[in-house]
Amino acid sequence: MDQLIVLLPLLGAIIAGFFGRLIGDRGAMYVSSGLLLISMVLSCIVFYDVAFAHNARVTEVFTWIDSGSFEVSWALKVDTLTAVMLIVVTGVSSMVHVYSIGYMSHDPYKPRFFAYLSLFTFFMLMLVTADNFVQMFFGWEGVGLASYLLIGFWYERPSACAAAIKAFLVNRVGDIGFALGICGAFVLFGTAGFDQVFASVPGMADAQFEAFGISGHALTIICILLFIGAMGKSAQLGLHTWLPDAMEGPTPVSALIHAATMVTAGVFMVARLSPMFEYAPTALELVTYVGALTAFFAASVGLTQNDIKRVIAYSTCSQLGYMFFALGVSAYSAGIFHLMTHAFFKALLFLGAGSVIHAMSDEQDMRKMGGIYKMIPGTYLLMWIGTIALLGVGIPGVFGFAGFYSKDIVVEAAYASHSTHGTFAFVMGVVAAFMTAFYSCRLMFMTFHGTPRASKEVMSHVHESPQVMLVPLYVLAFGAVFAGLAAYEYFVGQHMEEFWGEALKVLPENNSVEAAHHVPLWVKLSPLVAGLGGIGLAYVFYIASPALPAKTAKALRPLYLFSLNKWYFDELYDRVFVRPARVLGFGLWKGGDGAVIDRLGPDGIAATTQNASRRTSLLQSGYVYHYAFAMLIGVFVLVTWYFLSQLG
Amino acid sequence: MMSELNLTAALPEVFLAAAGMILLMLGVFRGNKGTRLVLSLTVACFALAFIIVSVSMGRSEVALGGLFIADAFGDFMKLLVLAGSAVTLIMAMRYIEREDMARFEYPVLVLFATLGMLLMISANDMLALYLGLELQSLSLYVVAAFRRDHLRSSEAGLKYFVLGALSSGMLLYGMSMIYGFAGTTSFAGLAAQFSAGQPASLGLIVGIVFLSAGLAFKISAVPFHMWTPDVYEGAPTPVTAFFATAPKVAAMALIVRVMVGPFGELVEQWQQIIWFVSVASMILGALAAISQTNIKRLMAYSSIGHVGYALIGLAAGTQEGVNGILLYLTIYIVMNLGTFACILCMRQKEVMVERIEDLKGLSKTNPPMALALAIFMFSMAGIPPLVGFFGKFYIFLAAIEAELYVLAVIGVLTSVIGAFYYVRIIKLMYFDDPIEAFDRPIGREMSAILVATSLTIVLLSVGIAYLLDGTAMAAASLFPG
Repeated sequence: MDQLIVLLPLLGAIIAGFFGRLIGDRGAMYVSSGLLLISMVLSCIVFYDVAFAHNARVTEVFTWIDSGSFEVSWALKVDTLTAVMLIVVTGVSSMVHVYSIGYMSHDPYKPRFFAYLSLFTFFMLMLVTADNFVQMFFGWEGVGLASYLLIGFWYERPSACAAAIKAFLVNRVGDIGFALGICGAFVLFGTAGFDQVFASVPGMADAQFEAFGISGHALTIICILLFIGAMGKSAQLGLHTWLPDAMEGPTPVSALIHAATMVTAGVFMVARLSPMFEYAPTALELVTYVGALTAFFAASVGLTQNDIKRVIAYSTCSQLGYMFFALGVSAYSAGIFHLMTHAFFKALLFLGAGSVIHAMSDEQDMRKMGGIYKMIPGTYLLMWIGTIALLGVGIPGVFGFAGFYSKDIVVEAAYASHSTHGTFAFVMGVVAAFMTAFYSCRLMFMTFHGTPRASKEVMSHVHESPQVMLVPLYVLAFGAVFAGLAAYEYFVGQHMEEFWGEALKVLPENNSVEAAHHVPLWVKLSPLVAGLGGIGLAYVFYIASPALPAKTAKALRPLYLFSLNKWYFDELYDRVFVRPARVLGFGLWKGGDGAVIDRLGPDGIAATTQNASRRTSLLQSGYVYHYAFAMLIGVFVLVTWYFLSQLG
Repeated sequence: MMSELNLTAALPEVFLAAAGMILLMLGVFRGNKGTRLVLSLTVACFALAFIIVSVSMGRSEVALGGLFIADAFGDFMKLLVLAGSAVTLIMAMRYIEREDMARFEYPVLVLFATLGMLLMISANDMLALYLGLELQSLSLYVVAAFRRDHLRSSEAGLKYFVLGALSSGMLLYGMSMIYGFAGTTSFAGLAAQFSAGQPASLGLIVGIVFLSAGLAFKISAVPFHMWTPDVYEGAPTPVTAFFATAPKVAAMALIVRVMVGPFGELVEQWQQIIWFVSVASMILGALAAISQTNIKRLMAYSSIGHVGYALIGLAAGTQEGVNGILLYLTIYIVMNLGTFACILCMRQKEVMVERIEDLKGLSKTNPPMALALAIFMFSMAGIPPLVGFFGKFYIFLAAIEAELYVLAVIGVLTSVIGAFYYVRIIKLMYFDDPIEAFDRPIGREMSAILVATSLTIVLLSVGIAYLLDGTAMAAASLFPG
């Protein structure tokens, strides 16, 4: 069954990709969506089997590489962590598949799109079921490839191609770290299998790496390198620049890859490697700081963006920051909990945004929307559910939306870890929660309320999406409402220990999730209060007094510009990396390769040969006496040669 | 022994000579209407001679009072010559009818030329050598100018004749010097003298230089090659095909026999000549071919280059070297026959075309022919796994074993340059758009030749070991003991 879950999407990809013409658009769409739905049902069964019947297992498929002491198998490791990811990936992916049937109905390349989607799902499943570093790297690179293909799906648009290349290159930076980390782990442990590595971690807790006379704590180095990989894939501060641009892809792609699944691969990876990170406190600190800063940074940028998808993209980035600082304070279960709930409501928000874009004739700028809530009530309602889930609204002790439970436990765990980095993360988390509430409500108010700012023609076309697009939204909305309540006790509450089993490892002194249940009440309430404050401020700015945003922007112009231009990261990178690299590359191309190697090498030799060739053909004059003369010269030279050599 | 006639040893030659007379008579009585009959009978004679030679393969006899030797080396070469002559005659059949040169003298002249070649190959004396050579050359002069109403053809014949006469003069002069200094024209006598340890005098070496210059002319080695491009281009195409195959093999056999036989002990001396001629031929063949636009001229330079490679084997002066030459010539003759069959199929609207450009897009207009030509070109360029690679491989191997490193390196470099113009033809055929298709059908005998030659190339690539058995035996017969 485990193999089926992983291989059905691959089968779907192959059928849709290679036989799409044979079975037609419809066939390709239905086959790949159907296979994924089967895969999702199987995932649910496996989840029950693993998480509640405690049948965690490793299924070996076949030996992949057997070279000297290095042996790697294709094996599917299914424990609770993987089972959760299986549900999230197949669940969101199957919903996105179904949604895309409606969303892509006007696109001429449907089979290709569905093939890529299914291929992505296959790689993502490969990643989460990996039982060794190499297989994880395979899935890791595979999702990167699928992401590249899907961002650049509309390859006629230069901006889409640029975004795809940017995503690929930025991820490459992270992947170098990841690959080095894997190599480091292999050097240290002599194996790439997770179980073997984890078993020997405690014995290696004090091992040192030495290079060039500098020595460092081996596990810390490995974990930081691995985390750099996670930063790239999960768009953490510094390597986040590709994620907003990735919104060039079709919206279902943004929902699946750039909100729910692929970008959480980094979170998954750190959680999976928790037995290693637990012994590398410095690395965990770094994770916390980066996560907290990302949460704050992305939320602050989200405040001023005008593109509906970019706002949600920065929101995703910010929420990923939450997950990471949860991991950083050893609250792995809280991080994964937030990952799970986030997958539901963020996919819901993206798909809802897609529905809006669909309704507005492909308009993405919120400044050209407004006043459409009566025309698309279904989408409107669903978007609010997603927003409230994101904000984490709820009544403590009674009921709350998904984000209420997961975000709160993350923030509380940060506080409860009673460390400098934990407190820093707590503060950042609360501030970010305030900003999240503001920009989310700003998005809702600008999009749906106020006076219509779109042209008459567009407004006359505004229409509710077809059922095939709405039904997946209902499913996701259901998850966004109830996932938090349903899963709370298992993920981070009383049944936590038995639920997770061996999947996550937390050292006793680091158990911040347990401590989080005993924090003071003001800590528990602070994210909620911050959120409500943000909602209120947004209401004042965009409903009560619509002139206020412009005035504020004017008054705080430097801050406004700083946020609007995304802290000038792209410009900075352009100056520091892109342009010097271009100059260097251009110089080496023209000066090094062209002028030196080509001119003296291939081109030069070819030109010399041609020149010689022309000269030799000139010898062929056509006159018999020239020919006879040449013969006589030949004999003369040879005879002279012998005379000289015999005499001398 | 010396006085014995022993005509049975020369049975193929005697048979061809007699057949030639009879066919000549037949032609005279039937007139030009009988051309096809005479041609067919000539091919049949070649086939019969081929059988006679192959049946008696492996013997080693001396005949005609010591002037004639029949051994495995000679027999192997004779088989190549007979096959080459026969196939080129078949290729010529339709051409001479179409181009209005269907006269019965043509096959008869080819027959006498071939007879001359067989005698050259079996020569065991300077005078026998000269007689065979002249019988061949005189026939070839006439054949080259066979379209005497055609300016290019007669020009080619005349040039060939004048320069050939010059080379014959050098040859005779060299022989006379050798006779003057050594006192004998017999190969066996010369060999006996040198193996007795008698040092070679300077006069004798000068004689050898002149002799080898004359022979180098026949194999069109640089700097005695100048006639080749003009004659190849000017002569009617079937004649060019004939020139490029049988006479080359015969002349190469002759030069090998002369150098390795009577002057085998003087290898130190003549090695330098062969080395120089070989390097010059390889370089010129590779360079000059690049700028050619006419495919027949291209083939002329190609053959100059190939002769250069074959001469590497002679420069080595060892049994492996001769083995390499035999292998190389066998492969060379098959590739050339196939290529010229393709060239003879280059007709547009009933007119022969000869530009390399005309091959553009052949893969689209005539895929089988393009495939065959691609096989020949790849093989000529020496690209593995085709058999042309093995030809070069064994030659270079022999050179390495004889410690002629510079020669081997130059050979490899020039074959890289040479690959350019061979592969360019493939590029034209497969990657360029066709301008105008060639006339079809190309004729049954042409198709058969194309299939047979390309199949031979492919099969030899796989079964090179079988060919090596034959060449090893033939090479061993030149090195007694």
